[in-house]
Amino acid sequence: MYRYDQYDQDMVDARVAEFRDQTQRRIEGKLTEDQFKPLRLQNGLYLQLHAYMLRVAVPYGTLSSAQMHMLADIADKYDRGYGHFTTRQNIQYNWIKLEDAPQILADLATVEMHAIQTSGNCIRNISSDQFAGAAADEIVDPRPYAELLRQWSSFHPEFLALPRKFKICVIASETDRAAMKLHDIGIRIVRNDQGELGAAFYVGGGMGRTPMIAPLLREFVPLDQLITYSEACLRVYNRYGRRDNKYKARIKILVHELGKDEYARQVEEEFAHLQTLGIEPPIAELERIKTYFTDPAFQAGASDDLDLSDPDFALWVERNCLAHKQSGYIVANISLKPVGGIPGDASAAQIHLMADLAKEYSFDELRVTHAQNIVLPHVRKADLYTLWQKLDEAGLGAANLDTIEDIIACPGLDYCSLANARSIPVAQKIATRFAETGKSGTLGELKLKISGCINACGHHHAGHIGILGVDRKGVENYQLLLGGCEGDDTSLGQITGPGFDEDGIVGAVETATDVYLANRKDGERFLDTYRRIGMAPFKEALYG
Amino acid sequence: MKILTGNDLKTGAVTWWTGQDWSIHVEDAVDVGDEADAIAAREEGARRVNSPYAIDAVREDNGGIRPAHIKDRIRALGPTVRPDLTLKPADPEAGNWVI
Amino acid sequence: MVDVLRLRDDDPVSDPAVTVDSFIEQSNAAAVRVEPGDDARQLLPHLEQLRLVEVNFPAFTDGRGYSAARILREGGYTGELRAVGDVLLDQLSHLRRCGFDAFAPEKPIDQADAEAAFGRWPHVYQAAADDRAPIWKLRHG
Repeated sequence: MYRYDQYDQDMVDARVAEFRDQTQRRIEGKLTEDQFKPLRLQNGLYLQLHAYMLRVAVPYGTLSSAQMHMLADIADKYDRGYGHFTTRQNIQYNWIKLEDAPQILADLATVEMHAIQTSGNCIRNISSDQFAGAAADEIVDPRPYAELLRQWSSFHPEFLALPRKFKICVIASETDRAAMKLHDIGIRIVRNDQGELGAAFYVGGGMGRTPMIAPLLREFVPLDQLITYSEACLRVYNRYGRRDNKYKARIKILVHELGKDEYARQVEEEFAHLQTLGIEPPIAELERIKTYFTDPAFQAGASDDLDLSDPDFALWVERNCLAHKQSGYIVANISLKPVGGIPGDASAAQIHLMADLAKEYSFDELRVTHAQNIVLPHVRKADLYTLWQKLDEAGLGAANLDTIEDIIACPGLDYCSLANARSIPVAQKIATRFAETGKSGTLGELKLKISGCINACGHHHAGHIGILGVDRKGVENYQLLLGGCEGDDTSLGQITGPGFDEDGIVGAVETATDVYLANRKDGERFLDTYRRIGMAPFKEALYG
Repeated sequence: MKILTGNDLKTGAVTWWTGQDWSIHVEDAVDVGDEADAIAAREEGARRVNSPYAIDAVREDNGGIRPAHIKDRIRALGPTVRPDLTLKPADPEAGNWVI
Repeated sequence: MVDVLRLRDDDPVSDPAVTVDSFIEQSNAAAVRVEPGDDARQLLPHLEQLRLVEVNFPAFTDGRGYSAARILREGGYTGELRAVGDVLLDQLSHLRRCGFDAFAPEKPIDQADAEAAFGRWPHVYQAAADDRAPIWKLRHG
């Protein structure tokens, strides 16, 4: 994985010093809250319901075990012994003191980590495929491109006061595991007819209150123009994105209002101009970064045998593990969705354990997924049973990846000052109900996503089943959506009808799954059946 | 009644205006009547509170104070999904007060 | 009267700045004021004539002026480029990277604080409108 050189370290250290100074000035009253807020947000620091919240960046979701240990240490030393992994592959702490924040950033910097631009109206942490470097279907490892973009976007002087936040995602396979088309810019590394690598740019996607799937803006940007083209996209947005209405300020609205073709024309014009300026890093820089992402020292001829005689282990392998590009190895997913638990939360002890296991069994590497789980990307099949036993002992052995128990949920009204309703209790009740009835397995792949407000941090538009919490005259109410998907065939969920109370929504989800079970044909997932039979049978069962 | 709430500038803790100072316990809050804006401006200026705002609340029969909106009740207690981290970790019924 | 922080040695221009619209229509003014909604590219044919461009920041959170500044510098403008309005200490180094060489904040900024802000970043990651070599250039020459 990428390691800082002295330049990278100097920049992160300078950022820590800057934020220490800014925090001091805020505490002394030299900065008002209005002046300080954008500064703290660009260091990941929010003011939430109960305290300050710190969001630490996990660039493209990749962590070393030393970094993972540091995340646990921070949870213990400065927070209340746990952290929350987010849908953008980051981690959040809920109980941070402002006066501690600069020292936390200093601690993070010792392991080449930071919270730079994890919030605010700027280019956010770059996300990527959680199986990068391990997936059998990728053209190349997408992370070097993400790292190139990370450096370009860090402290970019022109783009620190954008109309709104800006999220970029980079993948390099046909299968989209990172909701690429639901980003402000989604990049897919592709190969053209001549066999050259380039980048397909999808621009103007997003969730939030106006969900949109990003249209393809340009099929092929040569790799030696990746930064220049990105800069052109951003400059047009910075100049012409709406600033009159916060809810219409994302780039998706600009692309929608101008039309994709007109936005593309303006980008091309800016691109042609910027190409004359020499702002593109040389290919040698990309090659330098790539050297950090070479394959680990896989054992040649490692055995592909797996003893599946333990049924619990066999189920976990079936549900949580994926084929690795290297024979004898497997990708192991650690579910942070124990039934009845809080989606995405992990205790400091669990974080330490996962770090140790990564060191021992996965070449010192972990990934955070947008589904709020952890991945050990390179596990030797011969070690898998031992690994699973250690996970299971620590409460990390849930065999429920991509089932209805593997719920994405935002923190909701239990933690978030923007939320209208609680998300976590609904997730807990649904997972518990389906685990108790034993239906989770029968249902197969079913992605359920819950947001506690219209800002959609829980990706409810992209759930096969989505739930949106709203405030109805001071009472929590939940709307049901069906048919969303974040993958290759991205689609947006449709609302079924009137909302439900907390118990009602659990029953409504069960009703919807019953309609699926009664109608499904061989091999169909919930989503496939919904797409075939449409909304009507579900509506009839829910409200009829 | 109108009560005034905000977060402590340095720690971020949820606080309630008691008439003289800020308390982490909502039951210490006092009715600020139409003084909310003046108190908020003065206290924020003195950096004793961050982003204060006034809310509606009612005094309960047991002398407690119940904010009108669920969001402020969760702020007053703590996260309903982590009773151990609320202000009343020993009270298994505390979460019901929120809803 | 606001204090102007200048990073230039030439004499300040004292002409009042006119709006972009009136400048384009008929003016022979040497000073113009760009508002956030103005298109800085409209000035590009007239750069020879200009000695001062003020870019107004009514709110520091509106970053359009950063792009306006770079566009003018990329177009070859060498006169004074002055950030005016809600210009704060923590934005100074970024403004400078975008090509500003003068600052007229509504609330004066202490000279020593400003110098510390300009010296904040040991390196830069990207090419911009200043003459700093990006880190990739330092790495690869």
